[in-house]
Amino acid sequence: MSQTLNPAAFMNNPDTHSGVTNAKLGVWLFLASEIMLFATLFTSYIVLRMGATSWPWGWDVLNVPLATLNTVILISSSVTIVMAYAKAYDKNKSGFQGWMAATLALSFGFLVVKAFEYGAEFKLGIGPHTSVFYAIYFTMTGLHGIHILGGIAVNGGLLYMSSVKEHWENPLFLGRVEGAGLYWHFVDIVWIFLFPALYLL
Amino acid sequence: MSHDEHGHHKLTFWEKYIFSVDHKVIGLQYLITSFVFLLVGFGLMMLMRWQLAFPGTPIPFFGNLFPADLAPNGVMSGEFYNALGAMHGTIMVFLGVVPLAVGAYGNYVLPLQIGAPDMAFPRMNMMSYWLYLPGGALMLSSFLMPGGAAQSGWTSYPPLSIINPGQTLWLLSMVILITSSLLGAINFLVTTINMRAPGMSLWRMPVFCWAQFVTAVLLLLAFPPLEAASVLQLMDRVFHTSFYMPKDLVILGKAYAGSGGGQPLLWQHLFWFLAHPEVYVLVLPPMGIVAEIIANNTRKPLHGYKTMVFSMVAIGVMSFLVWAHHMFISGMSPALGNFFLVTTMIISVPSVAILTCLIFSLKGASIRYNVPMLFALAFLPLFGIGGLTGLPLGLTVTDIYLHDTYYVIGHFHFVVVTGSIIALMGGTYHWFPKWFGRKMNDTLGLIHFWGSTASMVGIFLPMLFMGLAGASRRLYDPTAQLHNLPVQGWNVVSTISAYLLALFQLPFIYNFFNSLFNGEKTPENPWQATTLEWACPSPPPHGNFAKTPRVYRGPYEYSVPGRKTDFWMQTDPS
Amino acid sequence: MGQYGWSLPVAASSYAGSIDFGLGLIHAAMLGIFVLWGAFFIYLLVKYRARPGVAAQREEHGSGSKGELKSLIPDIVIMTFEIALIVFYAIPVWSKIKANVPDVKDPVRVEVIGEQFGWSIHYAGPDGKLGPRKIDLVHFSNPIGLDRSDPASADDVVMGNEMRLPVNKTVLIDLMSKDVIHSFFIPEFRIKQDAVPGLKIPMWITPTKTGKFEITCAQLCGFAHSLMRGDVHVQTQEEFDAWYKSRLATIPAAAAASNPSEDF
Repeated sequence: MSQTLNPAAFMNNPDTHSGVTNAKLGVWLFLASEIMLFATLFTSYIVLRMGATSWPWGWDVLNVPLATLNTVILISSSVTIVMAYAKAYDKNKSGFQGWMAATLALSFGFLVVKAFEYGAEFKLGIGPHTSVFYAIYFTMTGLHGIHILGGIAVNGGLLYMSSVKEHWENPLFLGRVEGAGLYWHFVDIVWIFLFPALYLL
Repeated sequence: MSHDEHGHHKLTFWEKYIFSVDHKVIGLQYLITSFVFLLVGFGLMMLMRWQLAFPGTPIPFFGNLFPADLAPNGVMSGEFYNALGAMHGTIMVFLGVVPLAVGAYGNYVLPLQIGAPDMAFPRMNMMSYWLYLPGGALMLSSFLMPGGAAQSGWTSYPPLSIINPGQTLWLLSMVILITSSLLGAINFLVTTINMRAPGMSLWRMPVFCWAQFVTAVLLLLAFPPLEAASVLQLMDRVFHTSFYMPKDLVILGKAYAGSGGGQPLLWQHLFWFLAHPEVYVLVLPPMGIVAEIIANNTRKPLHGYKTMVFSMVAIGVMSFLVWAHHMFISGMSPALGNFFLVTTMIISVPSVAILTCLIFSLKGASIRYNVPMLFALAFLPLFGIGGLTGLPLGLTVTDIYLHDTYYVIGHFHFVVVTGSIIALMGGTYHWFPKWFGRKMNDTLGLIHFWGSTASMVGIFLPMLFMGLAGASRRLYDPTAQLHNLPVQGWNVVSTISAYLLALFQLPFIYNFFNSLFNGEKTPENPWQATTLEWACPSPPPHGNFAKTPRVYRGPYEYSVPGRKTDFWMQTDPS
Repeated sequence: MGQYGWSLPVAASSYAGSIDFGLGLIHAAMLGIFVLWGAFFIYLLVKYRARPGVAAQREEHGSGSKGELKSLIPDIVIMTFEIALIVFYAIPVWSKIKANVPDVKDPVRVEVIGEQFGWSIHYAGPDGKLGPRKIDLVHFSNPIGLDRSDPASADDVVMGNEMRLPVNKTVLIDLMSKDVIHSFFIPEFRIKQDAVPGLKIPMWITPTKTGKFEITCAQLCGFAHSLMRGDVHVQTQEEFDAWYKSRLATIPAAAAASNPSEDF
């Protein structure tokens, strides 16, 4: 944006009323709304399950080993993004880029595994229309997948920005990485709830 | 002084007026757009009102303009009526009143009142508007799609909404609009929390800012559940899942193909979990506007400023616990009815407290009767009717009879139209001098005021009578049911009043545009007000204040003894 | 049509009176509050209009100040009224009408099934047993899919948009819907209940006046929602029994009715 506004001064300035920068506060509030979104879906899941005459065991019908693999992948990616933040904090550009690339690779890995799972189900003719269980399974994991894609876009953007001198040296950059990290942890936590709810219980 | 003198480059037309990141331009964009949507939504209703008053007769003038499948021989069809009804509600709530109250007034006035140079995230602010406009356009365009617009009411209860045409586009536009208002809510919250001028502590914020703050919290937390619910309904429609579809449905003689196993009532719970806080989103900012206007024109501090603020916060919290009072006879467990009955009665306490404070603010005042004040004063008794008529609806037993009758329609229109919209109109007269540096014409304003309030009462009071006689809402042809026949005359009264209301908007529209160019020029602070938006030029330049203002006192220091003037601005150091 | 007017329709069920009592009480209170409040409001508007030379009076502020307490009076009055309404009226009457189905001897047992755009009324008959319904038997000659081969259906009668009830006798209704949500509303009985597909919702009525009343649908159910109506005839027990017998006589043999393809 070509305009320079006074608010830019506020963006840089952590000396706000709340002591938190605008960007960080914004991310927290965004996550609050995201919590409401997924909480609604989990509530719907509980309500539908309680009202159902029959409900399959996720254990029996879903691929638990693949999902376990995905859980490990996502948890590792949470570690790598923290490492990326630490490197950015230390102004270590190549370190940041390495860990961020690892995070991206893990996120893609998650999606590939998920795609195999979906593929196997579609091959059997199973889809969201099959039953309410599959409907909630596909909707929740699908929505989670979209959040992963969003994370990939943000993290990829940061990886690219780190290669541009102007962005890398921008004092806001670290805050952006922190915001991305917060979001990524949230996506991770959603999966930590999804995995037992759909696969194990 | 213009911001260009600060060394900014000259903005192109597009940057300045279309894709602007200035909260004031975005606020005015919201203002114009939402007023247009209000007119569109009102236009749809005027078509419906013809059918309600004179069922089965061709719509005059416009009837033959509609395609034959919507209005054969100029007579509205049942499908078309339902589509108009669903779109009227959706447009008025999601595209009209909320964007006007929050997007327009909040955007323009909130940063000024807290002494901020702009919103916390100017570009996000722009995005919010540029999601709202296409979302609204998409919603309207559904009239042109095969099958027409959504026909299942603004509440979109499944299974009807799953099997009716037009709903998919409704859901998609809702998702876009929800995203827009989420961006807005985050922006408002961060702005209020972080961007207040030095000295502007929370307890020095004007009531309007508090109202916007609570509203933003409601938008932030109540909209995501509707988003999730809409996604589930979208899945039901597009991927034939059965979230809301139970087993063994037989629709018009044919078995429904889905797997079944879902619950229609789940949607109602999720929908009202949003839609009740949404009611307070419709009401709180206008209450804030009324408080500002009353403080300014009574020339004395508001009575019970803290009581009002605490009441607003209490309303915000409680509004998440009352949703199922819309569902007393929906088939949910009657025991739940008792719980929501109690919470509903509790939430009436802070609402009464706010009204009481506003009325007591008049005591000892020196009331200046100008146009904005008339609107603010009319708000009190008329919103009061809206509140009082909520009582028999919130009470489980009497709701058995009144539920889904015209009484409900009358009740919430008294709240939203003679409440919110009256206040929002008053806000335009109040802040117009700030927006454009000119005043709106008083005579036209008076005509607009008396004409509008009288015809609004003429529209909605008959609805209460019809409701008591048992007339159901959403009936395409009320005369098809015997018990509606004796009260059919009220429908005619209501319809004529609606057309009068339309007529009385003409002076307003003319006044608005004429005053833009020919209105009497006004100084920085024409109302001799105390709050910060009057401490900067009219219209405020880019960045609002020449230098960051400092705040020394509370928002409503009027008539302080021993001072020369009867107002003591928040920024006044002496 | 004498029973309809500008105000509440005639009260024709056992609990209509208690609902009317609440409506009357609340509206009287509302009117009282509005008039008192309005009078006070107008008094303030006149008394405190701006006059030259008269400045506005600031109030003394501070917690517990007199003015602050006075402004709580309306709230306390309204709250007391509301608590009384809840405790002595809403909860007991609600539990009588909606939460509990009365335990009566020998009730009329009925299923009411909504569909776009009409009501089917399925009587259990003298045996008090509702015949089973099967979705694959649904046919336009058998809109509720009643299985006539089952012995419980032998004395069942199914009516379309017409309900007959004996006066002063409790009728237990199971409310259901085949397709979308409808709402069973008889203004004179002051009864309204949504019919939700997938749920079987119990309700009850004791008609207290003979005559012809109107059944309508109160929940938007599609393009012909306003045409979804029926009549309810409240008759003496003798008239009702005679009518029921005459209906039973028109029912074809159970075996034939169970197979829709042979119907026409």
